[in-house]
Amino acid sequence: MNTPATDVDSTLDATARARDLVGVSRLTNSALTGWLHGLPGVDQVGCEARAAGLGTRSIKTTSKAWAIDLAISMIDLTTLEGADTRGRVRGLAAKALLPDPSDLSTPRPAAVCVYGDMVTTAKEVLGDSGVKVAAVATAFPSGRASMAVKLADTQDAVRAGADEIDMVIDRGAFLSGDYLTVFHQIAEVKKACVRADGSAARLKVIMETGELVTYDNVRRASWLSMLAGGDFIKTSTGKIQPAATLPVTLIMLEAVRDWRDLTGTMVGVKPAGGIKTSKDAIKFLVTVHEIAGEDWLDNHWFRFGASSLLNDLLLQRQRMTTGAYSGANYIADDSPSTAY
Amino acid sequence: MARVDVKKTYKLYIGGKFPRSESGRSYEVYAAPSTTRRPRTEPPRFLANAAQGSRKDARDAVTAARAAQPGWAGATAYNRGQVLYRVAEVMESRRPQLVQEVRDAEGLSPAAAEAVVSQAIDRWVWYAGWSDKYVQILGGLNPVAGPYFNISASEPTGVVAVLAPQGSSLLGLVSVLAPIIVSGNAAVVVTSADRPLPAITLAECLATSDVPGGVVNIISGKASEIAPWLASHRDVNAIDLCGAADADGVDWAALEEASADNLKRVLRPAGEGAGAVEPDWSQTPDLSRLTAFLETKTVWHPKGR
Repeated sequence: MNTPATDVDSTLDATARARDLVGVSRLTNSALTGWLHGLPGVDQVGCEARAAGLGTRSIKTTSKAWAIDLAISMIDLTTLEGADTRGRVRGLAAKALLPDPSDLSTPRPAAVCVYGDMVTTAKEVLGDSGVKVAAVATAFPSGRASMAVKLADTQDAVRAGADEIDMVIDRGAFLSGDYLTVFHQIAEVKKACVRADGSAARLKVIMETGELVTYDNVRRASWLSMLAGGDFIKTSTGKIQPAATLPVTLIMLEAVRDWRDLTGTMVGVKPAGGIKTSKDAIKFLVTVHEIAGEDWLDNHWFRFGASSLLNDLLLQRQRMTTGAYSGANYIADDSPSTAY
Repeated sequence: MARVDVKKTYKLYIGGKFPRSESGRSYEVYAAPSTTRRPRTEPPRFLANAAQGSRKDARDAVTAARAAQPGWAGATAYNRGQVLYRVAEVMESRRPQLVQEVRDAEGLSPAAAEAVVSQAIDRWVWYAGWSDKYVQILGGLNPVAGPYFNISASEPTGVVAVLAPQGSSLLGLVSVLAPIIVSGNAAVVVTSADRPLPAITLAECLATSDVPGGVVNIISGKASEIAPWLASHRDVNAIDLCGAADADGVDWAALEEASADNLKRVLRPAGEGAGAVEPDWSQTPDLSRLTAFLETKTVWHPKGR
């Protein structure tokens, strides 16, 4: 039943594979349009009802403890503010290394997610700890820049040592039906992720679902991103509302599940933005398990893009280990200082 | 045609909203036997179903209180006084309802209930008046042997959990709640278990009188169930155990032990353990209930020439 879990090959020729999958000799916009619009439509009411249903599961204490640790290990601890300083990034990276100084058994988050110019700073602190550095690139968050700028942005972050690149798609092109442009941009950025030694940074493709208007578009963008070689599909930049909703994530999880059936390769999913509480995070984990399957319950294949979520998970973790409700005074403060 | 009764649902008051208990539970509240008439043998009169708060309601209330506290403490003392005076105004406008509920809850005669409600409103005004005065009395310029100013000023403790008096359902509640919030603390109140209705009506007064949501949170239910969670809650800065006197099944020692874990301030009622008693609320209070939930900040500043 289970196909083996394999990463997307970094030397992949996306266009050749896309021709193969779409079944055409030349990849044109109309061929892509036909293929993407041939995907089954999303039943909006059914999808939302399913997501709501998955959100009502009762999670027992031992499972909850396990889920909290898993969720912490899946976090991309994020700071993407214009006011980010090196000090703030260092602080966040230090927090990733030691999320709860009062309990050393607390797992570390998967990665620290920063702007490209902060990669070096984050890398200095994180070193070879195993906590990855993810950088947003391609004129994040709007994606409104020329291709040359987007590629330079990506290469810059990769050269600085980013382990993962979070790119944004050109929503304008996508919404006006220019799928081929979006495809080529993702494929180009994917190539820019290759390092000098031949290895490659993993590419997360941000679809900004809050701007895609319909669930059908979310499904199409998911397939398009995977077709073009994305290692991860990610909901949002976190700058637009609504961001990571459960129904949208459910559709994306269906897409990666079906993609593995079709191609044998696994693609990760990253909901980002608006997931603030442990309760929310556990709802997402239930959905991952029920829709995509247990293989995705691993921080190589599923991530949370979040900043305040970690604190709430730590509070809940302390509540479970000490038996008493905890408070913000018992969590390392990573909020930017406004005192000076 | 007979009109169908429109019965009121008494709910919790958390973060400025009136939710049902997260647990979905409620319990029956009965009128107290009259203290003025001869005892009768008929069963107690049913008053209403009240929400039975749970530990998760208490947790939500603490979260709401924590969020609201800095803004409330940051308001000017004058402004807090105005807002609290407004509460007294709204209580006055609901006087008949409060009188009826206090009568039912405590079995008082109409005249006695009127007197209790008047006292409760007056007490609120009394504490409101203190809002911009207690700092001058409790703090000031300290004499030091050096070229420095040394100034002490009172600040609110933070989030205060309150076990409201079991006996005096309105006057007692006002007497413990007003001194806590007047200085800028936020409160999480567990009502009297058998007499919760006046507290919920007070919540309605608070909700319609400019007190920011979350500054006062009121949970009806059993102190024995909720108090341990508030006592051990590390985001609660102080606990007023007033209502532990006469409460069923409250383990004093355990509450104080749990409170010690994060060095909570604990205010105990008069008397020890099972012998604890509710104070006589009809007496004019002193400032001790206000000062119990204050911290003193002392600042050194060099004197210029």
